[in-house]
Amino acid sequence: MTTTAPPVVPAPSVWKVGTVASVHTETPTGRSIMIDVPGWGGNLAGQHLDLRLSAPDGYQAVRSYSIASASPGDRLELAVDRLPDGEVSPYLVDDLQVGDELEIRGPLGGWFVWRPTQTEPVQLIGGGSGIVPLMAMARAHAASGSTAKFRLLYSVRSPHDVFFADELAALASPDFEVTWVYTRETPPGWPSPAGRLSPAVLEAATIAASEMPTVFVCGPTGFVESVADWLVALEHPAASVKTERFGGK
Amino acid sequence: MTHLDGNVLAGPLSELFSVDMTVAVGRCDGCGDESVLAGAMVYESGPDIVVRCHHCDDVLMTIVRGPGDLRVEMRGFGMLRVPL
Repeated sequence: MTTTAPPVVPAPSVWKVGTVASVHTETPTGRSIMIDVPGWGGNLAGQHLDLRLSAPDGYQAVRSYSIASASPGDRLELAVDRLPDGEVSPYLVDDLQVGDELEIRGPLGGWFVWRPTQTEPVQLIGGGSGIVPLMAMARAHAASGSTAKFRLLYSVRSPHDVFFADELAALASPDFEVTWVYTRETPPGWPSPAGRLSPAVLEAATIAASEMPTVFVCGPTGFVESVADWLVALEHPAASVKTERFGGK
Repeated sequence: MTHLDGNVLAGPLSELFSVDMTVAVGRCDGCGDESVLAGAMVYESGPDIVVRCHHCDDVLMTIVRGPGDLRVEMRGFGMLRVPL
């Protein structure tokens, strides 16, 4: 089997300073944040950045955050969910204000990436805030005019917990099918009761292995690992299933 | 916090390597599994990182941050293949 090596992603290791341009509440625990980073130069869909916060006593915390945007230029968008015992996420969701500065390293990552030059079908599967890098891919797909078949399966606790709800509703079309799984509370009149994603629902709602899609799975670690196992059981080759774990449960 | 995966190594390893290492394929000395580094299991403790084989859980690599240095132990990699 011969494969073409993907373009090399340079690894920018220099910490840059970004300024918060705007913030927007997405969910009761989540927020999207626009950041201007001079010298950023854009990023690929699916890439992430590292954020470094420093306390007055010198303590530093570094966390990786997926980027929701995939535009050229120096403005990027993050979306962050507040973890109950988080060290960094409560600050980003509750305290960060327009004009605040952040130390940022990136763009990072060449594995969990979708490039518009890819023509195979793509299945996106996100749990909670795992939608973030998948959103970048959906946006890149729309902006590039790609005709690759895209499907999204998005699992959330309730309709209130959806990130980018309006934009996803606008993107949904026969060429970009979106399936919603509500694990705790459904919208009024929803045809099925709330419940976790199951192998049966996964199979019914995703592109079949026979179509040889590339599958991107992102969200809490437990969610990602269960879904990845089920996908392999549905005969998706392991090499076609790309995963990004966000930790948590 | 549970484990993460090798995607998060992109930043720390960018301090040592000039190309993205998460797409490098490593061979686990313990079980012979060959997978991209992005698929390895990553355990963080403060600034320190332990990288384990997703297949057999053997330690592949550790990254420990000291006051003036970065100490990397490539304990479980027999081979690393980096696309260029």
